Amino acid sequence: MSLLEVSGLGISFGGLRAVDGVGFTARPGEVTSIIGPNGAGKTTLFNLVSGVYIADAGAVRIAGREVTGLPPHRLARAGMARTFQNLRVFPQMTALENVMTGCHMAERAGLLAGLFGLPGSRAETARSREAAAAALTRTGLGALAGREAAALSYGQLKRLEIARALVTGCSILLLDEPAAGCNAVETREIDDLIHAIAGEGRTVVLIEHDMRLVMRISARILVLDQGRRIAEGAPEEIRENPRVIEAYLGAHGAAEARAAHA
Amino acid sequence: MTLGPGTRTFLVFAALVVLGALVFPSSFFYRVGTLVWINTLAVTGMVVLLGYVGLVSLGHAGFFAIGAYATALLPQYGVPSGLAMLAGAAGAALLAALIGRPILKLSGYYLAIATLGLGMLIWMVLSKEAWLTGGPDGMTVTGFSARNLLKSVGITLKTAEAWYWLCGAVATLGAVLAVNLGQSSAGRAFRAIHDSDVAAASLGVDVARAKSAAFVISAVYAAVAGALLALANGYITPDAGGFMHSVELVTMAVLGGAASVYGALVGALILTALPQVLTVFAEYEHMVLGAIMVGTMIAMRRGLVPALAGLLARRRAARRAGRLARRVS
Amino acid sequence: MAELLQFLVSGVTVGAIYAAVALGFTLIYNATGVVNFAQGEFVVIGGLTAAALIGAGVPPLIAAPLAVLAGLVVGLLLYRLAIRPAGQAPLVSLIIITIGASIFLRGAMQMVFDKQIHRYDGFSGEAPIGFLGATILPQSLWIIGGSLVVFAFLAWFMGHTRAGRGIRATASNRLAAALVGINTRAAMNLSFALSAAIGALAGVLATPVTFTSYDVGVLVALKGFSATMLGGVGSAQGALAGGLLIGLIEALTAGYVSSDYKDAAAFVVILAVLFLRPQGLFGARMTERV
Repeated sequence: MSLLEVSGLGISFGGLRAVDGVGFTARPGEVTSIIGPNGAGKTTLFNLVSGVYIADAGAVRIAGREVTGLPPHRLARAGMARTFQNLRVFPQMTALENVMTGCHMAERAGLLAGLFGLPGSRAETARSREAAAAALTRTGLGALAGREAAALSYGQLKRLEIARALVTGCSILLLDEPAAGCNAVETREIDDLIHAIAGEGRTVVLIEHDMRLVMRISARILVLDQGRRIAEGAPEEIRENPRVIEAYLGAHGAAEARAAHA
Repeated sequence: MTLGPGTRTFLVFAALVVLGALVFPSSFFYRVGTLVWINTLAVTGMVVLLGYVGLVSLGHAGFFAIGAYATALLPQYGVPSGLAMLAGAAGAALLAALIGRPILKLSGYYLAIATLGLGMLIWMVLSKEAWLTGGPDGMTVTGFSARNLLKSVGITLKTAEAWYWLCGAVATLGAVLAVNLGQSSAGRAFRAIHDSDVAAASLGVDVARAKSAAFVISAVYAAVAGALLALANGYITPDAGGFMHSVELVTMAVLGGAASVYGALVGALILTALPQVLTVFAEYEHMVLGAIMVGTMIAMRRGLVPALAGLLARRRAARRAGRLARRVS
Repeated sequence: MAELLQFLVSGVTVGAIYAAVALGFTLIYNATGVVNFAQGEFVVIGGLTAAALIGAGVPPLIAAPLAVLAGLVVGLLLYRLAIRPAGQAPLVSLIIITIGASIFLRGAMQMVFDKQIHRYDGFSGEAPIGFLGATILPQSLWIIGGSLVVFAFLAWFMGHTRAGRGIRATASNRLAAALVGINTRAAMNLSFALSAAIGALAGVLATPVTFTSYDVGVLVALKGFSATMLGGVGSAQGALAGGLLIGLIEALTAGYVSSDYKDAAAFVVILAVLFLRPQGLFGARMTERV
């Protein structure tokens, strides 16, 4: 049974149909990947699914419940978390505080409790600190907890965002190019991490350019081109799909690839 | 055991209040000191709004004036001063909540413009409704004496000294509360919004609500500070709610560094004390304030306190590196 | 009836000034994404400079262009010394910078000129013209005509000159404009210069009717903002319509409610717009450029 169901989503910017009638489903415990050339509408699709943009057509359902058009913070409460292609970390906070912010939904103490530093608020902050520290360790950033986020490298910030999303306790995780800017070793680590996250029964949706990574860990792959879905299927189906090859290499390149293959 | 940030703030502020009392030679100094603490309190509200969340209000003196005039007016109808002060704070909070709700869903520009207008409207009412407020000449404030309050608990001080201690205590409390807030769930949400409201929302933070909460808190700080000023001075004029006073509060915050209560204190200290000693400052007030705002934003965006802290840290690092180099060679 | 007409006349007159301020504000916002809180100071600079020159015996025909030039120079300096050095500053910093610049200019004007209220005679005399039972000052016609000319000039300039197209391209996408070889920095310089000149011209024309002093800039800016927000941010037609509406609301408030609270009308309009229709009558909302 799929947890996240997206159907017929669309949005226009000016005259451009950036995403046009795209649907997919994603199941718990699996990685569903979205691939496509630059400008295919992948990140826009994420922004639609996570409520940053409001779709002008289509629907999003979580566990069968319609959540279309809900604002991002309500979607987060429904169990959706995400990372950002163009990092959205909190540079003036430490790495630990960044991740602690992800505990916001679990924190119950009110404003007044916070102002007066009541024991409940303090205990809660201590709990969040522990959870955040654990998430940092898990993403390989344990040693950098006290560092200001602005001082971290690109690859570290990518993982910081994953840690921050994980502590929300999300059941659906949208990852936007987590391996961008990572070297081979780091990519391997991200690979393992995503695998483990899905292994906990979470529903992972991944946008990624590193095709080897995608083929290795995805259960299903959705291919976008110019805002439309051109293919969907298991990795081996996608690899052989002539339309996908064409979208990536152009018609001419596709012919060459076929010739080389033969 | 290491001290928590709230305790540390308490110790620093309390030590400074005591230090002032130890070195001040005359009532004049106590009066300036009182002003510094009142302004620190108002600017601490700006720290919550501007420093934590990253929103600027250009009409905060309006909330200041609501607190001041509530404390001035209500006792005339038999309300005790303490209650009048609370009513002023509650009124400011209510107004902030009402105005904030629709505006804070929009870009930060709208809050700046709307608060600019709100501040002017409040100033206008205070100036024009002379039957109630005495108009531009202001009104006297009676009904509460810090000296008598302290006397009732067995401390006998001159009036100026009594106000100094009282305002110092309230400013210290205000700073501790703001620091506590910064370390709490709400405070982390505030600072997250400051850096990226999209990311904050993706973590479940209701951004419009959080902004609104910060706006209300900062309005309460301003109102309490206004009430203290009205009581300590014994009179109040509409200029306490004027546009230039709003600008002063913003300038104090950005000069010291809006991200911390220490910045609030330093900004309030500099801009309150300097005009008392440098007449140039009073004469060219507009140009000085304007230049500070523009200059700080261009040259040291995070303000004086973080800039100096950074400089010291670099010095120390350089010295350490120097020692290390000598040892190696 | 004649009374109402009288209020309408004075409403259109001040409304034309607010429209010019709103237009200048829109120009800078479109080209640079900056909401310029110092916009009202240009109006004051224009008025005070013209008053000083005319007071010193310079004929209005020469004083007026010099005052506009003074505004233009200050506008350029504002961009060069305060806005450009801030680079890609966050929105809140830009607000603080332009409000700081406005306070600085206010202080500078207090030094250069004085703290008095100034006015000078209208360009075509002071004799009111009868008009369906109401009267209209000849200077009002100058103000309304001047604003229409500015509006027409900007429409032509933006549509038909290379520099104007440069501003438009910069407004719609600064990076793309730079990539296709448009000098975006020149476009931003130009938008500040033009906007300041328009503001100063409004001040020159308005001072005989509205009077001016060193400290009215923020109030003028606030009314310009109200006009912009009412009309819809980013739209020139919106600025014109919004300005006239604010002027009319203000004049009717002064006439039928209380002249003490005529300045409050603009603020009430801002709140109403924010509560009911944040995108204004015509245009889009102000957004933070990412």
